[in-house]
Order: sequence, then C-alpha cells, then structure tokens
Amino acid sequence: MPENAIITVHVRDRENTEHILEAPIDMGLNVMELCKSYDLPVKGTCGGMALCASCHVYVRSAHELPAPSDDEMNMLDQAFFVQPNSRLGCQIKINTRDLDGLELTLAPDAE
Amino acid sequence: MQHSIETDILIIGAGPVGLFAVFEAGLLKLRCHLMDALPQAGGQLTEIYPKKPIYDIPGYPSVLAGDLVQNLLKQIEPFGPGFTLGERAETLEKQEDGRFLVTGSRGTRHLAHVVFIAGGLGSFEPRKPPISNIEQYEDCGVAYFVRDPEMYAGKRILIAGGGDSALDWTIYLAEKAAELTLVHRRTEFRGALDSVDKVMELAKEGRVRLITNAQVIGLQGEKHLESVQIQHDTDGVLDLKVDEFIPLFGLTPKLGPIGEWGLDLSDGAVVVNTFDYSSNVPGIFAIGDINTYPGKLKLILCGFHEATLACQSAFRHIYPDKKLSFKYTTVTGIEGMPAPA
Repeated sequence: MPENAIITVHVRDRENTEHILEAPIDMGLNVMELCKSYDLPVKGTCGGMALCASCHVYVRSAHELPAPSDDEMNMLDQAFFVQPNSRLGCQIKINTRDLDGLELTLAPDAE
Repeated sequence: MQHSIETDILIIGAGPVGLFAVFEAGLLKLRCHLMDALPQAGGQLTEIYPKKPIYDIPGYPSVLAGDLVQNLLKQIEPFGPGFTLGERAETLEKQEDGRFLVTGSRGTRHLAHVVFIAGGLGSFEPRKPPISNIEQYEDCGVAYFVRDPEMYAGKRILIAGGGDSALDWTIYLAEKAAELTLVHRRTEFRGALDSVDKVMELAKEGRVRLITNAQVIGLQGEKHLESVQIQHDTDGVLDLKVDEFIPLFGLTPKLGPIGEWGLDLSDGAVVVNTFDYSSNVPGIFAIGDINTYPGKLKLILCGFHEATLACQSAFRHIYPDKKLSFKYTTVTGIEGMPAPA
C-alpha cells in the first residue's frame, strides 16, 4: 500500500485517553468501523445504517466534513448528549487525505 | 393448569432468520411457533428499514428488506406457523417433561420441546433520556408510549423529541391537555411537513408552548412527577410545572430478559457451538445476529445457514430414536405448495 494512502485519526475515548489510529483511505472504511478495528468501545449496533447512534462522536478539529444526510440528522434528533459538533461515526467516510489529523471524541454511552 | 400454546420449536424473534427456520423445520415435519416483541413479523427489516435494498441474498441481485420478509412469509405459509406478536418473551422455565415453558410479557404461555433464540439485536425498547432519576417516575408521570390518550385529559403535559411521534402526539394531545409543551433539541423538526406546519400553527395560537434548542435535564416530584428542568442552549435553565412527561426518542434494541435465562453470553450475544448453533443449555439454540462464535458475521445469509443446521439437531433432540433422512426439496417438493406449472 502506498504510504500516502494512510492517514491518522485521533480519538479521545470516554476515559479521556487519546488514541492515534492509522486509517487507510482506500478501504471504504468509516469512523465507526475504524474505531471497532482498534477495539475502542464503539458498538456500531445497527451496522452503519445511521439507525442507532452508538457511534456518536464529537468532531473537535476544524476538518470540513460532508454535511450530514437526513437519515443522520433524524438519528441525531433521537440521540442524547448531542452537541453542535455531533456526528455519527458510521457516516464519516475515510476516503480522502483531507481527513488526516481528524480529531474526535467518543460521546458518552447513552444506553 | 392454564392454557399453553404447544409446539415443537418456539422461535423467539420473527425476523428473517426466525422465519426461515420455520421452513427448514417444516421440511423435517417439526411445527413452529414464532414470538416477537414487535407487532408484526420481519424484525428490523420491517421495523427500521423496509425500503432499503439488500444485495447479498443469494439469487437476488437486490431485494427490498420489506419484500424479503413478504417472500419469507409466503415461503413458510405451507407449514402454518403460529404467531405471538407484540409480546416480549419474559421467562423461560424448564418443565419436568423436558419441555420449556416460555411466558410472554402479556402472559401468553408457550410449551416447546426446543427453543430457538433468533432475537437479532434484542427487543426494541424506547430510548430513555439519560436523566438520573427518570426510572423513579416511570408510570407516575413518565411514559415512553402513549397507551391511553384519555388519561392525559386536563393535565399539564410535556413532550420531548423532534420526530413524527413527538409531533403527532403533540397535535393529538393539544386538544385534551390543560397545557402542552413540546421541547426539542434543535429548531428544525424532521417529521412530516404537514405535522410540522400544524404544530407551528398550534404554537402560534398559543395552544402549544414550543421550546426549541433545549432539553430536559431534571425531574422532581414527591411521589408523582411535579416539575422538570429544561436546559436551553443559550437562555439557561427553566423550571416548568408538569404532570406528565412523554419523551419520544425512538426505539433501541436491548437484549432484555433473555440475558437472565442462564445462557452463556459474550458481549450481549449468546455463545453457540458452530456444529449446530446450540447454546450451553441443551434444547436451546441461538441463530442469527443474536449469537456469537469465532468468525461470526452478522449477515442474514449466515443466519439462514445457522437455522438450517440448528433444525437438524432440534429434530434429534425431540426424537432421539428416530432416523433423520436428508432430502432435497427439488426431489420431494413442499406439501401445500403447488408445483410450478
């Protein structure tokens, strides 16, 4: 794999520990799947259909992400601890180098 | 003794995998009864994504989830399964004769030789707002469903949420309530346009108090709910006297009572042996998304395979002395299903 196909994503877990995750941009991964592959406590119950909010994250860095879809907004409306920078990890696709250095925090577990 | 529904296999969960298990059991002449907490068959496919296409069902380049459920129901029709819908499986007790007695949340009793747990993600339950003492007020001021609209007549009601059910109940209960407040986290509502307009109209007429960019953070009351705190994004905290609080934030799957049936669990899933998807309790099998084993993939496709193998062992469990002969449907056909012309 060419080196420039890997970016780093910084994830702060619910105990405030920082994790630096290496993410390939050519594997069709999303943030939920990336976190799960590193065994971070992200459930991803619905499998990535924006139907459960168990991958709810806060985006701390100023990276420009595609706007949330209606499905994602609907789900966030039913989620808790929602902030203006809330997103569903499963809807953030890791498909461009522009996301290098993305900084995220896992939202509290609402279940 | 109270009446019980008797069957060979009780299948808990009427999603795609539970439904297909009826077919495979039927080929072995085993009778099935399905039970589900939801009021209709199909599980997640019907409840949450009926209009989404699925691309990995063999033989179907693409099929809508709702259509797959309809097809499965048609496929199992010849075997005449029974259904207990809208009722969650609560307790499981082993009987002296070796059968299992499974009682539902509305008291329906089922006696079965074998139990298949095909519960998917678990049973769908209302999402509860993370307010520390909310459970204390359940049934005395807090309800996650509107069961009987009449009980809200003349009351001061608070509804929270921004989806269709929050809007619909706001419109409906505005007629009956002494006072109705709707709290939503954002300014925009995502429900049907008609409902949004209607709620805005009611707000303008002063029949509904609309508080947006806010959420409920605290509940007080001696025995019954008396007041709530609403945190506004910019205007601080507001105290509001209310009699009834109805948080409407959709449904979320929970493993529920199955977790207390003595089954080996790992991370909320039932641990099974991949030989036949049996659990640690003889006679209880787990198939589909609710089980776990090395290499597990949560796919409908894999659940179908699991159901098929579990039926073979279920037969041996029920009839230890009978010979089980393996047959192809192409050779034997299906009783009750007409052969194609």
